[in-house]
Amino acid sequence: MSATPGEPAASRPDLERASTPVANVNRPHVIRIISIWGVLSVVLAPIVYFVWGPHMPPGNMSNVARGQQFDNQVLATVATPVVLFIWTYLGYSITCFRSRGSSDDGPPIKGHRGFQASWLLGTTAIVMALFVFGTYQLITPAGAGTGSGANPIWVPPGYSATAKTNKILQVQVIGQQWRWTFRYPAYSGVETTQLEIPVGVEIQFNVTSLDVIHEFWAQQLAVKADANPGVNNIAFARANRTGSVDVKCAELCGTLHGAMVTTGAVVTQADFTSWITTQVKVHAADIPLLPPYAVTYLPTPDGGYYDPGQDPVPDTSAPTGSPSSGEPTGDTGSPASAAPSPSASS
Amino acid sequence: MSIETVDILPPVDGGQPGNPDIETFITRSYWRQPNIFTGLVGAVVGYAFGHWLGNAIAGSYQQVVGNGENNHALTLGYIFGTVGWLAGLGVFNYPARKLLGYQPQAVEENDQKFNRYFRYSLDHKVVGIQYLVAMLFYFFVAGLFALVIRSELLSPTRHLLAPDTYLEIVGEHGTMMMMMMTSAILGPFGNYLIPQMIGSRRMAFPRLEALSFWLTPAAFTILLSSLIVGGFPTGWTGYAPLSIQAKEGMDSYLVAFGLMAVSMILAGMNIVVTVINYRAPGMTWTRVPLFVWSILVTALLMVLAAPILVVATYMALMDRTVQTALFDVNHGGSSYLWQNLFWFFGHPEVYILALPGFGITLELLPVFARKPAFAYRTVVAGFVGVGTLSFFVWQHHLFDSGINPDMRPVVMFTTELISIPTGIIYLCMIGTLWRGRIRLTVPMLFSFGMLFNFLIGGISGVFLSDVPADGVAHGSFFVMSHFHYTIMGGYIFAFFAGLYFWLPKMIGRRLNDRLGKIHFWTMFIAFNATFLPLFAIGELGMPRRVFEYAQRLQTLNDWVSISAYCIGLSLLIFVYNFIKSTIIDDKVPLEQNPWDSRGLEWTVPYPAPVDNFPATPIVVSGPYEYGTGAGPMIVVPAAAAQTTNDAVAL
Repeated sequence: MSATPGEPAASRPDLERASTPVANVNRPHVIRIISIWGVLSVVLAPIVYFVWGPHMPPGNMSNVARGQQFDNQVLATVATPVVLFIWTYLGYSITCFRSRGSSDDGPPIKGHRGFQASWLLGTTAIVMALFVFGTYQLITPAGAGTGSGANPIWVPPGYSATAKTNKILQVQVIGQQWRWTFRYPAYSGVETTQLEIPVGVEIQFNVTSLDVIHEFWAQQLAVKADANPGVNNIAFARANRTGSVDVKCAELCGTLHGAMVTTGAVVTQADFTSWITTQVKVHAADIPLLPPYAVTYLPTPDGGYYDPGQDPVPDTSAPTGSPSSGEPTGDTGSPASAAPSPSASS
Repeated sequence: MSIETVDILPPVDGGQPGNPDIETFITRSYWRQPNIFTGLVGAVVGYAFGHWLGNAIAGSYQQVVGNGENNHALTLGYIFGTVGWLAGLGVFNYPARKLLGYQPQAVEENDQKFNRYFRYSLDHKVVGIQYLVAMLFYFFVAGLFALVIRSELLSPTRHLLAPDTYLEIVGEHGTMMMMMMTSAILGPFGNYLIPQMIGSRRMAFPRLEALSFWLTPAAFTILLSSLIVGGFPTGWTGYAPLSIQAKEGMDSYLVAFGLMAVSMILAGMNIVVTVINYRAPGMTWTRVPLFVWSILVTALLMVLAAPILVVATYMALMDRTVQTALFDVNHGGSSYLWQNLFWFFGHPEVYILALPGFGITLELLPVFARKPAFAYRTVVAGFVGVGTLSFFVWQHHLFDSGINPDMRPVVMFTTELISIPTGIIYLCMIGTLWRGRIRLTVPMLFSFGMLFNFLIGGISGVFLSDVPADGVAHGSFFVMSHFHYTIMGGYIFAFFAGLYFWLPKMIGRRLNDRLGKIHFWTMFIAFNATFLPLFAIGELGMPRRVFEYAQRLQTLNDWVSISAYCIGLSLLIFVYNFIKSTIIDDKVPLEQNPWDSRGLEWTVPYPAPVDNFPATPIVVSGPYEYGTGAGPMIVVPAAAAQTTNDAVAL
């Protein structure tokens, strides 16, 4: 771009430089603004981090929740001085830079190289720091609760992409219009409408859908993963303590999206074992009617209900040491008589 | 050293705005000219024909049995209805006559009659006013839907609307706001002011400009008609497997959004070419007003992003009518495809909804701080940076979707990078206000409101860009509050700033200041009272678009609903002010430049001549030379011989 007529490229007299006497005019304002901002930041940023931080969503019920809470804590603390600076500046300028009825113009300052450069460097530094922090958090447990696809980057110890050697307790989350069902492949592939997991155990959620896109949101566990038809979306979490969990759908999925909620619970390992054993017993008659466990369930051209190319996960992994009821006894050959959705259990 | 003078007289021809090669002007009585009523007749005839054709082709084929409509009839009805609407307006008269070898005709435009606002007018000032009135209308209709939504959310259980009706209202509100409001600033202010701000007598493509406007009533009507045929359950994002199984109202969404995308492309192309080629001599790139820069970048985004939407809506329509399976997983399609296509358009779109707001705010700050715009070139670089980066961030909408999990750090990075060019508008704000002589007029108040609100919107965006923090916020009311802060708090506040600022220019009436201040303060407080708690509601676990929610959140939700009604009341004050100041108080003496602005547009008198300037002006200084002692921005060519070095050097 050629030099603009009237603005000599070599020297830019309009660019104000921090030298006398201009600096003397600026200095009181600078000192006041920095002081007000500094005091506010020094007081409020620690309050945000230390007082408000431990109460920030999503709480600390799981390792993932704690990690995400830490993210919120850090981001809020970083944001505090930024917001305070702009607010302080806006308030100060409205108070002190008013025309008060005079009709004269302000000083013709068109730029300030030092200030512009430091502003750009400052925002760049903050952005870079946030990026590094976010990426680090992503590969630590904080990001593991978000849907990470069929082959997650960060995996807890014991995970294996091969189903047979995967030592992590699997819970399959199946979304359909408009309810959630949960399938425990390690326990005869039993299917329940309530989510229950043992405390202190790493859980692998395999999230999939039968129809449209849903999003599995176990709020207190801080697990959020899209349920796409034909896709296995994996998320991990390990609960720190027992308590109830709200399960809802976070992606608009049709008429009753708002009612696509269910309850869940984190219970002790003994309670979980007894609960799942009861479930297996209660649903003993239903389990054979379900399609065999698979990571996705879709109508296949030959009339099946899952993709036989997928690797079914057997029941070899039972980290809680509970007795397993053996292989799913579902009849792959006669699915036509079964309910097409695996939600046949009540 | 003698200064060489060069001949810089601009060409004197150029003809009428938009009708350079028309020689015969026809004179007919009003009701025999193509106008909005012949357009309506054309629309009805076209719709009837299309509907009949669709039923003739596929009358026995209904995707959803029992509601008496079928996709083919409805889609073809909409398409032929739109064609009929345009034909009735006379859009095709000129090209058809040219094609057939006849001399083109046009209705004489130079009259200042009121009925030109109801015609396919090629005058950019008429189109600007048409856009302004239409956009305000769309905005208020969509706003009423928002109040219905908030009424339903007064109670944690279903109490007012059936769940599917609720979703229809949510979809109408969201889609209407997101698709119609893309042109809320670019349409009225861009079309009306850009020629005057760059010293041109017209836009480059007056027919595209007029067509881009006249597509918006068609898109709006089609979208609204969705309610008649069952609405659409997908919200404004129209996610695909759901949209494929949805009822016939979905076709309305797809056709309307596709039409609006065409309108965006046309409007954007027109503005890009105008700004690049129609600047007056001396209007160098470093003298182009920041508002024009922001609209230029917006227009580029429209031209580049909207075609993706056309493709996406077309694909979804094909899935729904001729049974392609592009989005149907069971038959080899992908449920990710729509998400990718939509957000590849959708994320640039949210900057289409942000950049004009930046532009208006930064355009107004120098005027009311009585100082030059600070760091002009950096700001321009910021606009371009925002526009460029906006194409590389779309997958942050898919952070939890399981697609490309390895790419999430990259998308997180590009998303966070946008805060650097966005931060530049605050850099400009700080420098421009510094030791200024701030006049707290109504437009300035709205600019401050925009800066305040957009800060919150931008900071909350950082939480959403961070993948783990997004794990809490994704799909919740936090997101909803975030984009209302950026779009309503930023864009709409800037829209009102521009409205209060430029209305004296556009219609010769200045809105009442006292009522304007009441409007600002009530809207500012009610807006923040509405959307600040929604951040908390989202973080506490309320997903978007639900008609039922946890009992414990009722107090907050009721507070939000009541605040939302207050926004509605505040806008009623605006409507009252608008009607009072423009229609009732007709006696207020006109001020030609009430804000004491240096802007080139204010040198054009009101009422503006058809050609804006008596002759193409020569720009000799920038628009923000407050306090520098620079003279007026332009000289008229007659005085060219004795002008300053600037003009001579050209």
